[in-house]
Amino acid sequence: MTKAAAQADHAAEPTRRDFIHIATGGMAVIGGALVLWPFIDQMNPAADTLALASIRIDISPIAEGQEITVMWRGGPVFIRHRSEREIEAARAEALEALPDRLARNDNLPDNAPATDENRSAASIEGGSAAFLIMRGNCTHLGCVPLKEAGDYHGWYCPCHGSHYDTSGRIRRGPAPENLSVPPLRFVTETEVQIG
Amino acid sequence: MSGPSTYEPKTPFTRWLDARLPIVRLGWDSFVDFPTPRNLNYWWTFGGILAVFLMIQIITGIVLAMHYVPHVDYAFDSVERIRRDVNYGWLIQAMHANGASFMFLAVYIHMFRGLYYGSYKQPRELLWILGVVIYILMMAAAFMGYVLPWGQMSYWGAMVITNLIGALPLVGDAIREWLWGGFSVGNATLNRFFSLHYLIPFVIAGVVILHIWALHVPGNGNPDGVEVKGKGDTLPFHPYYTVKDAFAIVVFLILFAGFVFFAPNVLGHADNFIEADPLITPAHIVPEWYLLPFYAILRAVPDKLGGVLLMFGAIGVLFVLPWLDTSKVRSMRYRPLARWFFVFFVIICLLLGWCGAENPDDLVFKLGYDAAGNETGFSFLWLARIGTAYYFAYFLIILPLLGFIEKPKERPASIEAAVLGDAAPKPAE
Repeated sequence: MTKAAAQADHAAEPTRRDFIHIATGGMAVIGGALVLWPFIDQMNPAADTLALASIRIDISPIAEGQEITVMWRGGPVFIRHRSEREIEAARAEALEALPDRLARNDNLPDNAPATDENRSAASIEGGSAAFLIMRGNCTHLGCVPLKEAGDYHGWYCPCHGSHYDTSGRIRRGPAPENLSVPPLRFVTETEVQIG
Repeated sequence: MSGPSTYEPKTPFTRWLDARLPIVRLGWDSFVDFPTPRNLNYWWTFGGILAVFLMIQIITGIVLAMHYVPHVDYAFDSVERIRRDVNYGWLIQAMHANGASFMFLAVYIHMFRGLYYGSYKQPRELLWILGVVIYILMMAAAFMGYVLPWGQMSYWGAMVITNLIGALPLVGDAIREWLWGGFSVGNATLNRFFSLHYLIPFVIAGVVILHIWALHVPGNGNPDGVEVKGKGDTLPFHPYYTVKDAFAIVVFLILFAGFVFFAPNVLGHADNFIEADPLITPAHIVPEWYLLPFYAILRAVPDKLGGVLLMFGAIGVLFVLPWLDTSKVRSMRYRPLARWFFVFFVIICLLLGWCGAENPDDLVFKLGYDAAGNETGFSFLWLARIGTAYYFAYFLIILPLLGFIEKPKERPASIEAAVLGDAAPKPAE
């Protein structure tokens, strides 16, 4: 009782010096945090790195059944001109059979389902279902999957054995997500802008 | 253990210096007259060996940085130029690359020494923890250093490891982009890895000083695990252990020189002689040998985040080891059960390393054929899973329980008694 009373008494009478101590310490902490931020943020992508974020590709020379890999933002992007059979195979799959049921398409809302229509270039104004354009890094640990390989005849990642189908959707293996579709825009009928 | 200082300055200059900066006194008390248990065996020489190798890495590294160019367009060529054109570059580069391997070899022996002789136990918990911090810093330095030559294995190793961080929920992608300084492993990544690779060894040197400081408060442990009780238990560090350490260092350096001069590339990987290509992944990505057991643990779990957590957990468990081992007996010399579990633990660590080097789906041995005619049998994946289970069980189940179950053997009364047997002077009672 007396001890608690003494503490209350003490707390009731902060001195001018107490205030100065706390205020000075508080300012030092805030100042330190403010100084720290530039030294953390400098490691994020620089302005010129961000400015280099879009490229334009002429897709007319890509024949049916052919695939090219272009470099965008330092990594591979697959552009595949799919055959009728590949498209049919991709469309025949029930959504329930997919480990990842989201389209992972930057041009669509986050919750868009992983139908082939939502993944192919048909999801973009001016694009056709024949073209599939997606990032070429496995969603497991970033290796580049091999085309026309694996149990689903889409892509196969040799690093840890992930199988993707002809729509670039993960079917089997450790990868958690479908290969994602980057931001796309058709400038003309045959020229696509990535980013 | 460190008693009053016995240093006596003999010249006017050392007396003058001692009154102003007693640095000679510090060295004398730490490395000349420091009382050290008289029964230390050669497993205790690896601390000294590690100190030598840290210096080798720093000196060769500073020299290599004079010739290396941290830019994606020049890095690979500049390393080849060091190996071919720079005067003695072939030697210095080989010393640096093999030095990393030998430092890990020494640190693993040093750590197994600590595990066997209970060096982590009270009152040396903090000494052990500082050692684990050094080990983690070594792995960070080795990983970033491996990226610098910008070969295929450099690039894809960096890609795989940075993508592990992307597995963290919510913040993973942001942290990964922050580490990369771009949208993929690129020039910004190479530059910052070079900067940090140059920094970390000096941080290690700082923690090593703390490690030695924390060693010199309770003093060395020893193979019998009984604490120093009197003057008969110790010898001055110099000349007894300076000479013993020096001999071990020379033997270890002979082995090192064998690799540097006759097999400088056998510990490396052929794919790293191909320049980094962001569009082509090598068929089989493997880390350097000293990280293979952790790579095996990472791949033992089918879940990406689970694998990452387990891998970091495998190192993290070392931090709490002093509180997991419940046995009062320090040295496994006197722990008849624990020593067998320890031997098995060492074997498991080596097996996990083997699993890390192999394709997880390949078979260790085959048992027959399935309906489709494919070979079936026991795969490396399952060997890695068993190994991972034992690795964690050793720390989390076996060591905590053994302290209650095991009946330890009788321990010697003192270090002196352990060394001299019946010849030891009887305690005056």
